[in-house]
Amino acid sequence: MAESTTVRSARRKLSWVGGIAAFFAALITWGTVTAQPGATFTPELALDLQGGTQLILTPSIAEEGTASLEQLNQAVEIIRQRIDGSGVGEATVTVQGNENIVVSIPGTPDANTLQLIKASALLEFRPVIQTAQSTPLAEGTTLVDTSTLNDTPATPPTSGSDLAWITEKVQKDFDQLDCSQPFRAPGQVDDPAKPLVTCDDFLFNKYILGPVEVKGENIADAFAGTITTQTGASTNTWAVNLEFDAEGTSAFGDVTSRLFGLTTPQNQFAIVLDGYIITAPATQAVITNGQAQITGNFTQESSTILADQLKYGALPIGFEVQSQENISATLGEDSLQAGLVAGFIGFFLVMIYMTVQYRGLASVVLGSLIMAALLVYLFVAFLSWRQGYRLSLAGVAGLIISVGITADSFIVYFERIRDELREGKSLEVAVEAGWKRALRTILASNAVSFSAAVILYVLTSAAVRGFAFTLGLTTLINLLLVTLFTHPLVQLLARNKFFASGHRFSGFDLSAQEASYKGRGEFRFSPAVPETKLKKSSKQAEIRQTIAERKALQGKESNE
Amino acid sequence: MSKMREFGNQLYSGERSINFVGRRKIWYAVAAVVVILSIALPVLRGGFNFGIEFRGGSEFRLTNSQSLQQSVAVDAVQSIVPGAQVTVTTVGAQDLRIQTQQLEDVQSEEVRLALAEAFGLDSSLVASSFIGPNWGAEITRQALIGLLAFIAIVSLLMAFYFRSWKMSLAALIALAHDLIFTLGVYAGVGFEVTPAAVIGFLTILAYSLYDTVVVFDKVRENTADIELSETRTFGEAVNLAVNQTLVRSINTSVVSVLPVAAILFIGSILLGAGTLRDISLALFVGTIVGTYSSIFLAAPVYVHLREREPALKAAADKVLASRQ
Repeated sequence: MAESTTVRSARRKLSWVGGIAAFFAALITWGTVTAQPGATFTPELALDLQGGTQLILTPSIAEEGTASLEQLNQAVEIIRQRIDGSGVGEATVTVQGNENIVVSIPGTPDANTLQLIKASALLEFRPVIQTAQSTPLAEGTTLVDTSTLNDTPATPPTSGSDLAWITEKVQKDFDQLDCSQPFRAPGQVDDPAKPLVTCDDFLFNKYILGPVEVKGENIADAFAGTITTQTGASTNTWAVNLEFDAEGTSAFGDVTSRLFGLTTPQNQFAIVLDGYIITAPATQAVITNGQAQITGNFTQESSTILADQLKYGALPIGFEVQSQENISATLGEDSLQAGLVAGFIGFFLVMIYMTVQYRGLASVVLGSLIMAALLVYLFVAFLSWRQGYRLSLAGVAGLIISVGITADSFIVYFERIRDELREGKSLEVAVEAGWKRALRTILASNAVSFSAAVILYVLTSAAVRGFAFTLGLTTLINLLLVTLFTHPLVQLLARNKFFASGHRFSGFDLSAQEASYKGRGEFRFSPAVPETKLKKSSKQAEIRQTIAERKALQGKESNE
Repeated sequence: MSKMREFGNQLYSGERSINFVGRRKIWYAVAAVVVILSIALPVLRGGFNFGIEFRGGSEFRLTNSQSLQQSVAVDAVQSIVPGAQVTVTTVGAQDLRIQTQQLEDVQSEEVRLALAEAFGLDSSLVASSFIGPNWGAEITRQALIGLLAFIAIVSLLMAFYFRSWKMSLAALIALAHDLIFTLGVYAGVGFEVTPAAVIGFLTILAYSLYDTVVVFDKVRENTADIELSETRTFGEAVNLAVNQTLVRSINTSVVSVLPVAAILFIGSILLGAGTLRDISLALFVGTIVGTYSSIFLAAPVYVHLREREPALKAAADKVLASRQ
């Protein structure tokens, strides 16, 4: 029962492919129905298909030259926060190739936003003068333009914590500050010698802060750790440790000795990053050795985040713009449309050519290419959801080009079957023998394609990556389909009357067997077998023939 | 097209055979001329026509413009920056791309507003971009690293798979030919070299080797026990393999070129300059050359490299002697 085993295994393989496709389709359907974030049947498009602006920035650090990966990731965080804060909307910020940061923003950003993205982060220490919980303003309150109000302190302030800093303007700014509304202009730069009205990171409390007392660049190091008791035993309480350089130590010593004696909230010391307060701890000691510890309700995670922020502020990273590219939304649409049209035309032309060349077998090609398109589509949609993959124009080009490479594996396979037929094997045997040889070739050549895709993906920039990604993905899908879909389909077709009869439109035209194999590398042509004679041999007989039988039969036929 | 199949039958049986290996001196000469021209042309023409990504500069894009008159754009830019070199390209149906030298922030904004006014557009429809001169250099550097890593890994892969470093070498020689030829076409015709074109070049590498591997796999099959053959010399066995895969090679190159040609055609008509056109142009040239070189260069070079091996030479002498 060898035959039915082959049929069963072929059917099983086909159902595997159906299963894989159904699985991903169901997964994405589940995602969209239950409204999982990002789950969609329309894959996200990259900037060049959607329109928008892409900035490529190289961080530069004054002292060290290049930034480490850790610093890059930190910079990405900071830029993301800044963009989110500026209300630009959906932006993607990614590290690329270990040295660049790519920022993609929909639409065309204004000069302020660009300035904001490019500016280096500013970390500063300011004393707290006054604080209050931020509450939404009463309905219908009209905001007063405070720029005309008096901003000169009534008496010259004696220190950074002096209440005299609260001028009429500062008070009004503070009163009408609602942290839940955007209150800082993108790229706003604050005067370090003046008080600052702002909110904390959680947009919960609002503060009036005094002038800058210690600058972020004076931080030598910051790290998270657990507190040790005086006896040296470790506790489970997390804290952030700060170390200052010489200048910072002296400035910090001066401030803490002043703040320590004051009452809440004036004993608090706010650490401000880009105008937002990241923390405002109370001073619990005079610190003159430059080694401060911030305690509070820290977890390991939150203390590490704060330490990283402080470290980042200690190393002001500036950004050099490598390139800035704008693509209008209409051009993006045009590009996508052109890509799709080109894809369909390419697909259509390939199908016509394959039909001319391989007749009935072209139906296998059509089925396989449609299946490949379906799988690629599902994978792209899935990766767009789970991995944030975005389809770019170069990616679309990769997909279209893959039509050719996918079709080639069919050509290699079909030509091998024909080669086997030419050696005088029966169709069924030829399919199996041809497949074995074709698979070797397909594996070797696809390995070349795939390694090219992987190398391009790992070593090159974003633009190339989009292309390399689709090239690699389609190579894998091609391999999957040719083994689990195309080959089983051909196996089944070889048992179909139309194909097995060697009909001249089947693509398995048995007249190929006219050239029969005589011995090592030698061929002999048997006279054309009359069509009627071929038809006479029943389907079953045709199928059950072994090579030897077939050869014997052919010998007999040509002897007649 | 049963002719193609008959042709395939005849090629397979050896009844009809094209002497790719035997006439290798002709193919070598052709390849040599092509390579020399491909190197000489860029030198004579003063190098490649690099895109703005490689030169650095400022770029402006007009969106939804009713008028696409290029002279208006040139005048607008030159009214702010006298004597500026301005390149204007139509992109898509309603977009205009204007490139010029690198401008200062303030100048750039002035040019943007001048362009908006000249075309009667809202200034928000004119976007300004700028590309630092290092950007292209970095892409090139990465591309070169990618190229070297790819060649190293794939040569090893092939040497391991075919158990013969000579096949790797022959494939690489064909690859070098393809790449130099494509670059030569770019330089000779003056196509703009953009990052997208670089992607295209890198893909040619993959395609060229892919195609060679398919041909060589048949060669490997045919020459497995060639030392023992009494009817064929090594060269003849390789030639038969190339002939036997010829139909496949023709079919594959047609099928690979069709989608690329579709992108090239649609991309150029609908979009003008841009990613699609640049990638497909490089691939269009590279695919055709890649197929050509697998047959006319890789296989003959492989025979050339191995023919003089004592075992093969002895076997070939025996075969030739028996024919007399």
